[in-house]
Amino acid sequence: MSDDQLCLAVCSGAGCHSAGAPLVREAIEAAAHGTLRVKGSGCLGLCARGPLVLAQPTGAIYEGVTAESAPSIVAHALGRAAEVPPPVLPADMPFFARQHKIVLSDMGAVDPERIEDYLAVGGYEALRRALHEMTPQQVIDELTRSGLRGRGGAGYPTAVKWGLVARAQAAQKYVICNGDEGDPGAFMDRCVMDGDPHRVLEGMAIAGYAVGASQGYVYVRGEYPLAVQRLQRAIHQAERQGVLGARILDTPFQFRVDLRIGAGAYVCGEETALIASIEGGRGTPRARPPYPASHGLWGQPTLINNVETFANVPPIVRNGGDWYAAIGTEKSRGTKVFALAGKVANTGIVEVPFGIPLREIVYDLGGGVPDGRAFKAVQTGGPSGGCIPADYLDVPLDYESLSRLGAIVGSGGMIVMDDTSCMVDVARYFLEFSMIESCGKCVPCRAGTVQAFRLIDRMTHGQAVEGDLDQLERLCTYIQQASLCGLGQNAPNPVFSTLRYFRDEYTAHVRDRVCPAGVCPMRPEEHTA
Amino acid sequence: MAETTAIDRGQRMVDATLRRNQLRQDALIEVLHTAQSAYGYLTPEMLWYVARKLHLPPSKVYGVATFYNFFTLKPTGRHTLVLCQGTACYIHGAPKCAAAILAAFRVGSGRTTPDGALSVLTARCLGSCGLAPTGTLDGDLLGHLTPDELVARVRATLAADQRVPAEGTA
Repeated sequence: MSDDQLCLAVCSGAGCHSAGAPLVREAIEAAAHGTLRVKGSGCLGLCARGPLVLAQPTGAIYEGVTAESAPSIVAHALGRAAEVPPPVLPADMPFFARQHKIVLSDMGAVDPERIEDYLAVGGYEALRRALHEMTPQQVIDELTRSGLRGRGGAGYPTAVKWGLVARAQAAQKYVICNGDEGDPGAFMDRCVMDGDPHRVLEGMAIAGYAVGASQGYVYVRGEYPLAVQRLQRAIHQAERQGVLGARILDTPFQFRVDLRIGAGAYVCGEETALIASIEGGRGTPRARPPYPASHGLWGQPTLINNVETFANVPPIVRNGGDWYAAIGTEKSRGTKVFALAGKVANTGIVEVPFGIPLREIVYDLGGGVPDGRAFKAVQTGGPSGGCIPADYLDVPLDYESLSRLGAIVGSGGMIVMDDTSCMVDVARYFLEFSMIESCGKCVPCRAGTVQAFRLIDRMTHGQAVEGDLDQLERLCTYIQQASLCGLGQNAPNPVFSTLRYFRDEYTAHVRDRVCPAGVCPMRPEEHTA
Repeated sequence: MAETTAIDRGQRMVDATLRRNQLRQDALIEVLHTAQSAYGYLTPEMLWYVARKLHLPPSKVYGVATFYNFFTLKPTGRHTLVLCQGTACYIHGAPKCAAAILAAFRVGSGRTTPDGALSVLTARCLGSCGLAPTGTLDGDLLGHLTPDELVARVRATLAADQRVPAEGTA
């Protein structure tokens, strides 16, 4: 007889999935033999220790589970003595205890492949409430009170964007979810899309109601096949359930969602480039204004928000904007999901309230730098962001503080670096990235990133000459000021921020022709035939 | 004979995608996705075919096919190794893995060995940063790579091929 209270949720996030979670799930199902419920779960966060299995209702999380250890986990969860007790993560582990989960609150409770699970935790209640009890304007007012800002990187107030699209006059409007998470080292949106796809769809449907759109698109990175598959399934389930499609929840409101799969172009994260890509063309950006809010997909008013932004909407509608605004800091309300990776013990996904010091994320949640190495910097915001050195670890994490430090909150990638990393090499890495991903439409970005890369590449090969550093700074300023879109305008950021805090490393490369961290080759490249 | 069947199947998949999208021009990327997964790469004939079907200028189809990293106009090898060059992988030594592959198989990123056995590609970020450095070999994710292990793994995969000669060559 199966006890509904007892349940083992096997993490099926991409990290655990690739570490063998599907085999683990089969083994646990075989061992449980109907004595308890076995299901999948969205990302449980601590990818470094996967595959993870969560036991309900105790909340115990088993780490590094293998098919062989499955029987002992089932026995342990049923309260029977196991011969070899399986490794359980400590319940008070700061990695879990210090988090504040809103976006990720369904992880562990909801099987991403079952709409029933999502409904059981109050899923689509917010949509029902919006359709039956609120006018579109009231939905937007609730968002205004919440203070939610776009989670894609720029931090633009979400309610203002929604208001613009709502006021635009057009027969057809569109809602687009930007799931083209291109920053290397960022995997928060993937985690939400493959771990809780219905949350994203519900947020989009509420947005459709608020702005008066009947068609939505989710633009997903081609590199995320699991997210594509789960979103596709979720859309079918939602249509059958009557929460997407025509006459949603017995109201005249209709909203369809289609998937669009990216084909590997970083620039498509920029909203006008993304629109060009959905229209079937090359993903090149165009000058703004006009903004997509008035002139977007097929020339119609279009609302574009990031995955995490949409995932915040249902809890805000359910609990009220004031509830959300009480979390975080005055200008940065609520929580933010970060992907913690690099030289840190606990790599994975964390959701923390704004205002938390970086030090807590790196040392308490992240468990510090492993192998006894020294912390050097944390890189946020990917190729558009910057590095924050140890001196500023106590600054509260919010949009304004990070931008004063020359970094950005960005989409949420956070890479910890230790003293084995060379900051000139890191800047070179990001410049190369921007150079390759430049779409080629405007000259400052297309030609500027190439020249800037050549300069910095010379430094790492011990070939720099007097004046190269000045030249690099000047060129980067031009690229920043003259580029058409965010890719080019922000491409110099990694150079500026490493120059700001680690200028001595640049000087060592240029003047002394030495790489202090011993990373750069410091000799001319050997050309192999 | 076997080859013709494969081509027919690919053609049917492309035609099905064209039909499902009612020959809408904005379905171009989706059609190219289908064509590439059916054949492994995009032939000039396929680009012409898609252009004709969607009533698009061939220049536009070629432009899109060459703009996106996913599409390739060159045939790929029997095995594909993708090495992640995301930030986390990079600082965990991904460049050393790429260098080891170059040294062992004399093939760099974006290239295929002359015998058509192995293609090496790089990925911007596979999003599995917790397992850095990562890569995929024929679609299977490999984590916590070291240069030696990686080379050994690829060698083993290539060697397995030689024990089972490809159909028709025996």
